[in-house]
Amino acid sequence: MEKHVVVIYPHPDDESFGAAGSVSKFREQGVPVTYLCGTLGEMGRNMGSPAFANRESLPEIRKKELINACNVLDMDLKMLGYRDKTLEFEDRGEVAEHLKQILEEIQPSLVITHYPDHAVHPDHNALGAAAIEAVRLMDSEKRPVVWTQAISNNYLEVLGKPDIINDITDYFEKKMEAIFCHASQAAGVLGQFKQADKLESEVQEEIKRRFSTEHFYTWNFEE
Amino acid sequence: MKPIESEKVQQVLDDFTNKNVYVHLETTNGAYASHFNEKAYNVGAYIRNANVVFNQAKLVGDGKVYRAGLKMEMGWIYAEGLTDWEMYEGTKLLLAGHDREGRLMVSLEISETPFNY
Repeated sequence: MEKHVVVIYPHPDDESFGAAGSVSKFREQGVPVTYLCGTLGEMGRNMGSPAFANRESLPEIRKKELINACNVLDMDLKMLGYRDKTLEFEDRGEVAEHLKQILEEIQPSLVITHYPDHAVHPDHNALGAAAIEAVRLMDSEKRPVVWTQAISNNYLEVLGKPDIINDITDYFEKKMEAIFCHASQAAGVLGQFKQADKLESEVQEEIKRRFSTEHFYTWNFEE
Repeated sequence: MKPIESEKVQQVLDDFTNKNVYVHLETTNGAYASHFNEKAYNVGAYIRNANVVFNQAKLVGDGKVYRAGLKMEMGWIYAEGLTDWEMYEGTKLLLAGHDREGRLMVSLEISETPFNY
């Protein structure tokens, strides 16, 4: 059993879309989970549907949504205070050192983050790379295992089959509950599944199919 | 935000004229544009808390979609596709254009005090 799991993603809602099922499974086993959330998604373009946020009110709204989602998933939350869209321009070493300090304090057995260069959003790629660097900088005997998540369209062809495939069918409802905490974002993101030729029920099926497993690649630190 | 009321917005723009103001100017089509459509391009730009003075400001449009041009001593600030406005916290003018799903595409904001960063 894991001792403590730390999830490192840059945006409020990455945790719910990316790892809510796995987090729920760990929490059911009594494993503590902490989310290190990089930014407040200040530059998001989804403003709710219909829109209820604006560029200036969005950060505080997303902060509340994040806190609610973490309550639903019963995990601790630490906000890292970076700004949306800027993570790749921060000094990689400084971000890694920042993360390393937190990891040394928590001493997790497992870290979940994005797979650098296969995570589409520049913030995902940059924070994933910094998280891996942070773990690499730790004493090798104290290093947690790192699960990395790829979401690019071609990751299966390039990286092969992920070695961690978590069936989260039992936690699907919980995952959707966490996703819908992010009211300003959920409709916009889920709307990507909508296509003119699909019936509403088919869209639901597609979402259920896509969100019933969570895939990760265990990072190899061997040189 | 609410649909732009051009006379009211023009009045606010006039009130900012010849004052030291902070500007947020942004356009985006999202970080996932080419992820969901391989024929699309990811394009975006923003500048936050640019500290400027403009001596002339005009809002022009067809009653629904507007352009704004702010004339400075050396240069211009320009935004196209503005549909909505709001006075945020009573003092900050927010102008934005949203697509049919309500997603922000362009934003021009002006304030006498800096925007949170």
